[in-house]
Amino acid sequence: MRGLIGKRIGMTQIFDDSGAVIPVTVIEAGPCVVTQIKTVATDGYNAIQVGFGKQKDKHTSKPMHGHFTKAGVEPQRVVAEFEGIEGFEYKPGQQFKVSIFHKGEKVNVTGTSKGRGFAGVIKRHGFHQQNVTHGQSEYLRHPGSIGQSSDPSRVWKGMKMGGHMGVDTVTVSNLKVVRIDEEKNQLFLRGAVPGANNGIILIKK
Amino acid sequence: MDKLNEITKSQLRKDIPDFGPGDTIDVNVRVIEGGKERNQHYRGIVLGRKGGSGISATFTVRKISGGVGVERIFPLHSPMLKSVQVVRRGKVRRAKLNYIRKLTGSKATRIAEKR
Repeated sequence: MRGLIGKRIGMTQIFDDSGAVIPVTVIEAGPCVVTQIKTVATDGYNAIQVGFGKQKDKHTSKPMHGHFTKAGVEPQRVVAEFEGIEGFEYKPGQQFKVSIFHKGEKVNVTGTSKGRGFAGVIKRHGFHQQNVTHGQSEYLRHPGSIGQSSDPSRVWKGMKMGGHMGVDTVTVSNLKVVRIDEEKNQLFLRGAVPGANNGIILIKK
Repeated sequence: MDKLNEITKSQLRKDIPDFGPGDTIDVNVRVIEGGKERNQHYRGIVLGRKGGSGISATFTVRKISGGVGVERIFPLHSPMLKSVQVVRRGKVRRAKLNYIRKLTGSKATRIAEKR
């Protein structure tokens, strides 16, 4: 298996063997159940679909219910696809745990960033704030000029302006696995991981 | 938060004595140099503590070394701290003693003892 679905628990710090402080994000990774095996013959591409998290029957839609019954697994909260390892035989219902990762390995993590709502140009694009003094009255956080005059008589496409920020799919690469707790299904990664606590994230090798 | 506290619980140290700002303390730090371990001794006044009761708690110790003020920040729960001993309890009315940095002469090290 090349990855797992997980839940972000939060950030903390641990001391390593040399006494140095390491900032870590704790992730509850897996156990993930194989729900479908996609092949070139049936789906046009190869992938392993896995599910993660308990979900009550009444919260599962009928189509998904049928999908899980076909695989012979309990209803899952989220499903995602990963690349399979060639030569390894996958079966629906198979379980993968955090033990697929090794200490010292580097992984990529994909998550959904925290929502910022409608954000101005300072927060969204890192513009500078305008003068607070020199007679300034109400244009502290404004963008300033957004273009020229009667030629071109319009605003260029892609002009950086205020708008919705956050809730984007963000991937952080090369996070080092610091520790693995197989009993609690916990994965300790050095550094930050996108999204809020309790958010669903994908960890890929 | 409960899950995070559970993780760091085993790393919290209970052998560090209770001390606060104004106290003069002795800190023994393990230093590893070229594969050899030795002890480093550091004595000074605690300027303040930070980080509450969690794993990220730190404390600042200031001393005058050769006429120059030296400050060191130690993680409270670091395994590199061999021991911490309270030499003298100081009587202060601030949680952070940053004003001491501006003082010169004997005032810089003089803090009334707590009775």
